[in-house]
Amino acid sequence: MMEKSRRSFLKVAGIAAIGLGAAPAMNFAASDSQGSAAAVKAKNPDALHAERWGMVILVKKINDKIAKQITHACHTQHNVPDFTHEVDTQKFPDTRPVNHNQEIKWIWKEKFHYAFPDKEDEFLNEKFHHLPFMVLCNHCKNAPCVQACPTRATFSREDGIVIMDYHRCIGCRFCMAACPYGSRSFNFRDPQPFIAETDPDFPTRSKGVVEKCNLCAERLAKGEQPHCVEAAEGAIVVGDLEDPASEIRKLLRENYSIRRKQSLGTEPSVYYIV
Amino acid sequence: MTKNMIMGGLAVFVLAVLSPFWFNMVTTTQAAPEPELLGPAKEARKCVLDKYDMRANHMSLLDEWRDAVVRDADRIYVAANGKSFNMSLSTGENSCLGCHADKAKFCDSCHTYTSVDPYCWECHTNPKEIE
Ligand code: SF4
Ligand code: SF4
Repeated sequence: MMEKSRRSFLKVAGIAAIGLGAAPAMNFAASDSQGSAAAVKAKNPDALHAERWGMVILVKKINDKIAKQITHACHTQHNVPDFTHEVDTQKFPDTRPVNHNQEIKWIWKEKFHYAFPDKEDEFLNEKFHHLPFMVLCNHCKNAPCVQACPTRATFSREDGIVIMDYHRCIGCRFCMAACPYGSRSFNFRDPQPFIAETDPDFPTRSKGVVEKCNLCAERLAKGEQPHCVEAAEGAIVVGDLEDPASEIRKLLRENYSIRRKQSLGTEPSVYYIV
Repeated sequence: MTKNMIMGGLAVFVLAVLSPFWFNMVTTTQAAPEPELLGPAKEARKCVLDKYDMRANHMSLLDEWRDAVVRDADRIYVAANGKSFNMSLSTGENSCLGCHADKAKFCDSCHTYTSVDPYCWECHTNPKEIE
């Protein structure tokens, strides 16, 4: 009699314990499935879409003033630090002295023979040496930086934009070694003291991450044109490379264009019309 | 062993096991701060998740949002309660800090109390601090 009741007691206790243990898990599963079924993530209805984003730069329309404007618009609105900026020592008292060889750049003016070293020629038309070529990330179709990144912090978005998730960047700089265009910069130090005026519409970066042009993904998502396009007075056009009716495809059809280091097979999405 | 010894031993054991609770009862501890709803959040009273879910899971939600925004280019979150939000911590009216006007009283008070030091603010600047 004694034996039997102990046995049945243990059975009941065991089943009860399973029930108690499973309840929170089941509640969690139930709330989770309900939550994700009800909440939806969506795009802004005004967002601009493309199958593959590309850019055309009309080099002849750019002069030094416009080049400055372009870099300024991009850098100030993306909170790109400028190491020539005088640090506010009250706000950032522990800032070490600046090494002026350091630079962080998203889009900048470059000389022809640096931008297109494979197109350098002994008897090249003199004018090419003086044209301001705006260089930036090419949002390559076969992006070597994406293949190099061990954490998938750098990746190719469905619409062709090569973009970074700064949260995931571990600062290994493999991507910088892989990029044949020097489009990427590394934050060797905290960038915040070197931002003259922080734009609240875009986050800054932190020490130890790489950064580069994001083709203004945050603006395209709101249906707006990239900052450089707005500042370029018609010299920069972005659009869908896969859409034969797009403005950039029309420009490419009607003009001779070049791309940077095309022979490497990275398939840059930035075209220069000279 | 007598019954008394066993009972006495058990009582001592129970007291010892529960000592953290006794300790907390006799010493005064700071009460957990209530996050204060200020700014537009005070009127809205409808957040992305309900209150308790938000308290427990806001960090996972932010993690999910970040992936949606950077990877899928989805930036609007239509919550289970039908309201839509801009999936952003600090940019614009319809973001977390756009609605919760006072970061110090909303985010920091609890984070400080629980000794967590999230590094969100290293990059996501509090729009109020810039001015
Ligand atoms: S230009 Fe460099 S950083 Fe940009 S996609 Fe190509 S390889 Fe990557
Ligand atoms: S530095 Fe960052 S983005 Fe570049 S490869 Fe390493 S983890 Fe990826």
